[in-house]
Amino acid sequence: MDLSYGPQYEAFRAQVRHFIETHKDQAPRRFGVSRPAPEVLAWQRLLIDNGYAARTIPKEYGGFGAEPDILESRIIAEEFTKAGVPTGLANQGISMFVPTLLELGTPEQKAKWIKPTLRGEIVWCQGYSEPGSGSDLASLQTHAVEDGDDFIINGQKIWTSTAHAADMMFCLVRTEPDKPKHEGISYLIFSMSTPGIEVRPLTTMTGHAEFNEVFFTDVRVPQSQIVAGRGQGWYVANATLKHERGMLGDPNQAGTRFKEIVDLMSRETVDGTRLIDNPVMRDRLMALQARVLAMQFHGLRLLTAAQKGEDPGIARLIVKLQGCEINHQLAALAIDVLGELGVLYGESPHLRAGGVWQHRYMFDLGLIIGGGTAQIQKNIISERGLGMPREPKAAKA
Amino acid sequence: MEFGLSQDQKLMQESVRRTLERVAPLERIRRAAGARETVAADIWEALVGLGLPGLIVPEEFGGSALGLLDAALMAEMLGRHVAPVPFLATIVMAPAALIEAGSDSQKETWLPKLASGEIRAGVAVSERASGAREGARITASGGRLNGSAMFAFEAQGADLIIVADEKGALHLVAGKAAGLTLTPLETIDLTRDLSELHFDNVEAEPLAGDSGRALSRMIAAGRIILAADTLGAGDMMIEKAVDYARERKQFGRVIGSFQAVKHLCAEMAAELEPGRALIWYAAHAFDTLPDDASLMAAHAKAHLSEAGRFVARTSTEVHGGMGFTDLLGLHYWFKRIGLDRQLLGGPERLRHEAAVAQGLAAA
Ligand SMILES: Cc1cc2nc3c(=O)[nH]c(=O)nc-3n(C[C@H](O)[C@H](O)[C@H](O)COP(=O)(O)OP(=O)(O)OC[C@H]3O[C@@H](n4cnc5c(N)ncnc54)[C@H](O)[C@@H]3O)c2cc1C
Repeated sequence: MDLSYGPQYEAFRAQVRHFIETHKDQAPRRFGVSRPAPEVLAWQRLLIDNGYAARTIPKEYGGFGAEPDILESRIIAEEFTKAGVPTGLANQGISMFVPTLLELGTPEQKAKWIKPTLRGEIVWCQGYSEPGSGSDLASLQTHAVEDGDDFIINGQKIWTSTAHAADMMFCLVRTEPDKPKHEGISYLIFSMSTPGIEVRPLTTMTGHAEFNEVFFTDVRVPQSQIVAGRGQGWYVANATLKHERGMLGDPNQAGTRFKEIVDLMSRETVDGTRLIDNPVMRDRLMALQARVLAMQFHGLRLLTAAQKGEDPGIARLIVKLQGCEINHQLAALAIDVLGELGVLYGESPHLRAGGVWQHRYMFDLGLIIGGGTAQIQKNIISERGLGMPREPKAAKA
Repeated sequence: MEFGLSQDQKLMQESVRRTLERVAPLERIRRAAGARETVAADIWEALVGLGLPGLIVPEEFGGSALGLLDAALMAEMLGRHVAPVPFLATIVMAPAALIEAGSDSQKETWLPKLASGEIRAGVAVSERASGAREGARITASGGRLNGSAMFAFEAQGADLIIVADEKGALHLVAGKAAGLTLTPLETIDLTRDLSELHFDNVEAEPLAGDSGRALSRMIAAGRIILAADTLGAGDMMIEKAVDYARERKQFGRVIGSFQAVKHLCAEMAAELEPGRALIWYAAHAFDTLPDDASLMAAHAKAHLSEAGRFVARTSTEVHGGMGFTDLLGLHYWFKRIGLDRQLLGGPERLRHEAAVAQGLAAA
């Protein structure tokens, strides 16, 4: 354990502060609903060029190319949070597809896709779930049949976030129907403007169309757009899911939200008393702070293990479950702090922070379900993490 | 000793349930929500036909003189069907205040019309029940009201609004009074109406009797009704989760056969079900043991808010991605429970009140 920030880190911190101070006026205030707004793209480029986003991604693929260093990452996160300035973009392309491609892509694929994805210019969506295949993803039925140098895809995906705004999809399809279910899947990437793709938005409980159904009718995709070879899709998907679960459980996001609630409770009053002076609400806040801090330090521990090439075992498996739960609890506290103000919605007068907590309270519940439900996470933790036996198969009727 | 519902109560609840099944199917709820229609005329008419508006109004004023327990049973059905109709204010809280502290002429003027469903009443007492947010304050002097009430219930289209001023005194205000401005507030729950009221020297008539007592009675009644609404909505969410878990297959078996899913459903039932008896007792106390009423109402509302939140979230989880969409409309119940929780005091405040009521904490 060595957490001392030596002089070189203090110099680094000064540099980060200087960057924020000089550029914070350029930080975007509007983010764009499903595609990043132009000011977000400009900000993202600025961050990458200065090493505050895509920091450890090799230069040849459009990253900043720094050596991984947890203290530096921590300093960046701390300073950006403290200044209330947005950090780099996080979306399915950047947080899931890029790490997957870095691990498993061909040099051509890396060269072609990583840079524009990091810069936010290409928006990706994840075509995994199907109406009959959610938790049991490996049972997916969308299939691709070989035709010369191409595959022809037919089938349907569902719950595809941002498909309506995406340029590209990374998608799981069945290419080897005769193989056992886990071995018959391939991971394909293709443009959403390929003929034969139809996207139908689905309204969620938030009242917004946040995800979609995607239908494929004779969609033709070159075989070269497979990642890691035929029948390897399940393996690739698990690599992606690992990153998705890391992204969904991101403790730094929880840290930012925690800070927002502190501000909220310091501002809002009931009968003239600030909510932060209400001991019961403050206790809930402090209990959540401990959970957030634990997960933040837990993140540093995981990062250290990863740098040393160690398998952190169960410590990694709990991140999605805990992180998503904490986010949901934070939103629940914010709603309760707001009381009646916390159920206002739409364009209502008196809406606080544009209704973001109301939205998060629902959306964060969605994220407890998405990316592998809480129950599936618990199965994984107990079976893979704790080595407990699998649930017996249902008796054949 | 007999702790249960009478045959009449069961029959009445059953008949409201059947009526709502007929007039308030999900498609009707969707249409009402889409049109921001919080008084769905056809559903309201059907309930008027069953005599609901006069539920707790004394017979001499044209009502059925039933108790709050009966009203709670009705509220449970309305929550169960996420019915876009007024009830809390117009059928319970406003009549309760008039019955408690109205003069003969105030009762004479308002109760018969409320009982017949000819007119509706709203209430603006949130600041006295959950505390005042910045900007909310009503002052009364010389028969005039000034200021803002931030979260009035069922005030849209109401002929009468009962308003609490900053000291907790109650006033009767005509819905169309000069100087009264009503701003509808959209909430997550599109089945009920919440409004901000602004008073600019608005003519008001004080409620004749003991306002303090009337206010605490109407708040207690409102809390019990909200608890019952959550109970009904939660019941429906459990039923929907169980039905879905019996149909939906993953890994070659129905998900309801996974112990994880079964246990979620069992936990929901175990959390929610005792709340039913708590509500019955609280309502019974309101009717016959007034010293116990405020304490029990606070506990019932706080407890059901917590159980309701757990059920709302868990039922959504059992539905997987489907639960997060609009496809099954599950969110109408989720949001109904969400709104109930924040009205007339959240759980922390209510538990504090419960402690105070028992002398366990200073007010
Ligand atoms: C907000 C959100 C965004 C999403 N974005 C995407 C996306 O971009 N791309 C994409 O492909 N998908 C996406 N999804 C889909 C998501 O991955 C699935 O919803 C999820 O995997 C669950 O699958 P399902 O919806 O079919 O539920 P089901 O698998 O039908 O699950 C229903 C219930 O059964 C339980 N269950 C199932 N199997 C078991 C078991 N073996 N043991 C115990 N319990 C079990 C579940 O936990 C759940 O409670 C998203 C979902 C949400 C909610």
